[in-house]
Amino acid sequence: MKVTRALRKLRGSIHPQYFKGLTADAPITTMPAPAKLFVSMAQHLGAPAKPIVAKGDIVVQGQCIAEAAGFISAPVHAPASGKVLEVDTAPTPAGTMAPRIIIETDPQNTETQTLPPMPEWQKQPRETLLARIAEAGIAGMGGAGFPTRVKLSPPADKPIDTLIINGAECEPYLTADHRLMVEHSAGIVNGIRIICHLLEVKHVHVAIEENKPSAIEAMQQALEQLDGVEASVCILPTEYPQGAEKQQISMTTGREVPSGGLPMDVGCVVENVGTVLAVANAILEGLPLTHRVTTVTGHIVQTPQNVLAPIGTTYADLVAFCGGLTNPAAKVISGGPMMGMAQPSLEGSTTKTSSGLVFLEERRVHVYRSLPCIGCGRCIEACPMDLIPAAISYTVEGGDYDKAEALNILDCIECGCCAFVCPASRPLVQHFKLAKPKIIVKRRQAAAAKGTA
Amino acid sequence: MLTILLTAGVIGGIAVLCASALALAAHCFAVYEDPRVGELEKCLPGVNCGACGYAGCSDYAKAIVAEEAGIDRCAPGGNDVLEALAAATGAAATTLEKMVALVHCNGTAENAKHRHAYNGIMDCQAAHQLAGGDMTCNYGCLGYGSCARVCPVDAIEINKNLAIVHPDLCIGCKACVASCPRNLISMVPASKKIHVLCSSADKGPIAKKACNVACIGCRICAKLDGDAFTMDGFLAKRNYDNDVTNPAVIEKCPGKCIVDTAPAPPAQPTEGQHA
Repeated sequence: MKVTRALRKLRGSIHPQYFKGLTADAPITTMPAPAKLFVSMAQHLGAPAKPIVAKGDIVVQGQCIAEAAGFISAPVHAPASGKVLEVDTAPTPAGTMAPRIIIETDPQNTETQTLPPMPEWQKQPRETLLARIAEAGIAGMGGAGFPTRVKLSPPADKPIDTLIINGAECEPYLTADHRLMVEHSAGIVNGIRIICHLLEVKHVHVAIEENKPSAIEAMQQALEQLDGVEASVCILPTEYPQGAEKQQISMTTGREVPSGGLPMDVGCVVENVGTVLAVANAILEGLPLTHRVTTVTGHIVQTPQNVLAPIGTTYADLVAFCGGLTNPAAKVISGGPMMGMAQPSLEGSTTKTSSGLVFLEERRVHVYRSLPCIGCGRCIEACPMDLIPAAISYTVEGGDYDKAEALNILDCIECGCCAFVCPASRPLVQHFKLAKPKIIVKRRQAAAAKGTA
Repeated sequence: MLTILLTAGVIGGIAVLCASALALAAHCFAVYEDPRVGELEKCLPGVNCGACGYAGCSDYAKAIVAEEAGIDRCAPGGNDVLEALAAATGAAATTLEKMVALVHCNGTAENAKHRHAYNGIMDCQAAHQLAGGDMTCNYGCLGYGSCARVCPVDAIEINKNLAIVHPDLCIGCKACVASCPRNLISMVPASKKIHVLCSSADKGPIAKKACNVACIGCRICAKLDGDAFTMDGFLAKRNYDNDVTNPAVIEKCPGKCIVDTAPAPPAQPTEGQHA
């Protein structure tokens, strides 16, 4: 076990106010299942899961209520026992429409259903373990929600030699991963052991920002138990966006993911600490992914804390569990304030990727009026991907998507640093978010046309 | 004297050389252009709107000559251009129904409710991407004017957060149809004036809560005039093959979403809140 430092400085970066002190020292509290759970079927990247229960069915906690619809998809399990009230369609936190299962929970029914635990997992074939990870519905819990089974089955021509455990948590306000590392370090190490076995890797970096000394210490101690692999805690400077996977690979290993490439192109797999813990729980205890830790925070929350809540808990129930609000909220964000999505109401519910719920009062919410670019170049300095945000946003505004593509807009990680520093309040990252799907669709169409021609 | 003659001779010689080179080039590298292309291009309106599916009027003329395309694709030209093209090509002239774009929504700022504030890019696609738009109705017009910006003839006005197509100005190029992230715009015959101005597929109570002029799926119009109105789930649809024979549908519609646009939409262009 050794402790390393970041190999280089982050190229572009910003230093927002973190406000992590609100919840950093608060132990994870467990929230009992609320009266109703609204479980979305689109909690992961890829095809939404297909509901296999109908209105009126009685479900048991841990029972599979929706199955994966394709390879890049994940099943969904009942977060609590109860009755299915309705299967309808509702907007996800990201704003797209997806099927949803509403469960009326039954506090009398304490029955739970688990998959058979695998204490002797080392003797199981690789496929069995991967199938279990898929069966447990595990998707990346850092925010993107990429199905973990897919990430852990790289093609044979891409050898993986390094596993990076992402505990950077660079988003302001959020402390869910921090508390997980402090309180569940042994579980995380068990998960690391399983993933190392699956990927046959010999190097593990646990990347943690230096503003979490308690997490660094806990992980250092826990990693002593890890034999057979070369493990290290890599202490990263406190900068945003330190937790982005391409940045993290560069900081810990010095490798650069090529433009348009994936971490596996440079022999790396990056997993969030929450995902690693979920993998350990799924294999050692047979627990499907039904609960997650969400940071409910903001200066107007009565008792901001890290809550272990059933997936599908509404924002209103979460904030009621935290004692309610002291002042009316002007903005509610699912996720962190940099990359999270503003929510239209408290009727939305948590998903496998809900790392936080941030309540901002009016004083902290700015209404922007976008002005013309003054050509100062601050966005270029702030961009961690070495892009030219000012120029790209011009091309998007003018509708010239070919030019935007030539300026490598698809390499944008949507971290929001450019818009954060812009003195003219230009909606830079918003422009990229608007143009990227259009360009991807166009590329796909061009590829399809080429295929048929 | 000799100087003058020599100069004139040299200049004249160069002139003759160049002229013969040009003549030779013109003869050897001549590109044959079908004279019919130019003739047809004169018949076309020349707005290069792309409604025909070709890169412009000239490209369309070439396609007609090459017999790749029929003569009935020019929407802005209407019947006059169709006749001219028929005369020029000798093809049989049919009559063309003039089609105009229509926004199937009447959710003005007064009628439709807003769910939350929006402080992003003034673009419908961007507003729609964030939590499905800032309107309570998940189907209605957002009013950020993406359609108005793509219209080549400025026929779309944003009035009180609602896009309105002026049928007299619309040339039928369909550019706006693709620009709407909510698929609210479709082409309707210009001669038909009675429309269902709602696209909400929600059940009655939900639709009614979101907007004062929503279709609540009561089926009254389909009962009164089944030829002109059909039901698609909880939404009435206008069947433009038939005329409205029972004008009482407008009065009887409880959602007030069946509208006669014959007197033309309000003509005073006022500044929309967003546009």
